[in-house]
Amino acid sequence: MNPDFSINGYAAVYILMLAGVTGWVVVTRVPAILHTPLMSGSNFVHGIVVVGALYALLNAGTTLDQVIGFFAVLLGAGNAAGGYAVTERMLAMFQPGPAKPLHPRTSKRRAKKAAQTKPTPG
Amino acid sequence: MINSIAQLLIGGVDLAAAFLLIYGLKRMSSPVTAPSGIVLAGGGMLAAVVVGFFYIAGVHASAQLHLPLNIALAIAALLLGGGTAWLSGKRVAMTSMPQMVALYNGMGGGAAAAIAAMELFSTRATGIPALSITLLGALIGSVSLSGSLVAWAKLEGVIKQPLRFRGQQILNGTAMLAAIILGGFIVYLTQVVIGTPQPAPLLVCLFFAFALVFGVLMTLPIGGADMPVVISIYNALTGLAVALEGLVLQNPALMIAGMVVGAAGLSLTQLMAKAMNRSIGNVVFTNFGAVAKTRPGAIKGELKPVDAGDAGISMRYAGSVIIVPGYGLAVAHGQQKLYEFVKLLQVAGVTVKFAVHPVAGRMPGQMDVLLAEASVPYDMIYQLEDINEEFSHTDAVMVIGANDVVNPAARNDKLSPIFGMPILNADQAKKIYIVKRGEGRGYAGIENPLFYGDNCQMVYGDAQTVLVKMIEAIRGLASTA
Repeated sequence: MNPDFSINGYAAVYILMLAGVTGWVVVTRVPAILHTPLMSGSNFVHGIVVVGALYALLNAGTTLDQVIGFFAVLLGAGNAAGGYAVTERMLAMFQPGPAKPLHPRTSKRRAKKAAQTKPTPG
Repeated sequence: MINSIAQLLIGGVDLAAAFLLIYGLKRMSSPVTAPSGIVLAGGGMLAAVVVGFFYIAGVHASAQLHLPLNIALAIAALLLGGGTAWLSGKRVAMTSMPQMVALYNGMGGGAAAAIAAMELFSTRATGIPALSITLLGALIGSVSLSGSLVAWAKLEGVIKQPLRFRGQQILNGTAMLAAIILGGFIVYLTQVVIGTPQPAPLLVCLFFAFALVFGVLMTLPIGGADMPVVISIYNALTGLAVALEGLVLQNPALMIAGMVVGAAGLSLTQLMAKAMNRSIGNVVFTNFGAVAKTRPGAIKGELKPVDAGDAGISMRYAGSVIIVPGYGLAVAHGQQKLYEFVKLLQVAGVTVKFAVHPVAGRMPGQMDVLLAEASVPYDMIYQLEDINEEFSHTDAVMVIGANDVVNPAARNDKLSPIFGMPILNADQAKKIYIVKRGEGRGYAGIENPLFYGDNCQMVYGDAQTVLVKMIEAIRGLASTA
């Protein structure tokens, strides 16, 4: 897409390889308790496809391109927005300690305090 | 000039977005930092979408004429797709989370496939490498789309039973091979024989049809208990498809984010498969459950039903209780009542812990999310390896809507299909209560010898109804005392 900058051959393979290793390493450290939010979170991350769809739709030259492009952006936006909404909701529910949350802010402070005293729950 | 500035801006913001997406995932390694992680990743994504409109500055000459309509279509699609998904994501019940994630994942795969379709129908993807990568991304994206939709239908209950028939694996293999051969044929025909950059539209349509059919066929025979692995696989596949289309579009943000998810999803899939002591290939390609036969007379003893109230009161006077939740709890929406019951036990001085098996429920960690929704503090929730030693010196275990994850056949019955799967040692506790809707077997269709043990009693009924009765019984105790 950029005339001055193109990724070809080995450069592409290197990017993919490094990104793959990064993804692998990041996930192996996540505790089992967070596997569902992690999954919906990574589901959200591949919602970045909406940016590619946007590029393709803006460059659509035929009616067929426009129709497919419209659906590409529609689906990509759904992936990103939906993935974000459910992940945020789920993560907000995880809370430490036996006390009930009084207010979102209070529980956040409490979460920090609990983390300092007890670093690895579960 | 304007074009160069726009490109610079897009490049910079996409770079920042790719970093934020990875960093956001990294922050998900702890419940404390995770909520801020998703916000950071969300900010990166939003920025990338907004600057995506700067592509206007450098559109192809052929698209100049259509630009106003294209922009209108883009805004409409963003608002419609994003808005609908956002609202549904905010409203969906926590118990329906697995099918929702499957649905959003299918959308991502569909978007990747649609981008590939545009590249194929226009003349943009030229040269053997570019065309091959586009087709591969199209294949993976399509499989992920149709497969995720079938997974959604299964989890939502639209498709009730796994569909299995003779020669199914041959048919699946044929569909996959047909798509791959057709893809190879398209490359050969357009790049080698004719030399025209545009593949025949009919061939491209056929290629997509085979890919979509393969996704459906592959997912149909897979049973409910294997859904954690399936959702995880499709998540990884969509990531991979996005990365491949990112390569075609020369967009590093798509390549990086897609590949990170692809690898992360693969790692998570492997983790799930390991928790079931099966390989990923075994989950996808064997008809799990079809081999499970009950051998008559193999299990001694009988099922001993007990009243819910009595079971509740007996746990009230126990010193320690471990609760094993399963998919049945999610189906009955019983998580709030469960925690209410647990709090009553705690007030009475009982030590209560939750034991969660890695593959309990219909997606990895589903039980943890349900318990979190009911405000159960996460330091009360223990994973298999952390709690398995404790069962032998625990007074009572209550298994709610779980079956295969506590089946001792996995330990000692070499003929059992789940032999070798790590299980929760519930059978070692002094007393076991099984909360179950009826006498039926679990999703894997395997008879559970645990239920017939001398120390085991069955509490029949919907998890929520049973828990309400237990709560009432304990409350009644307090009022008469």
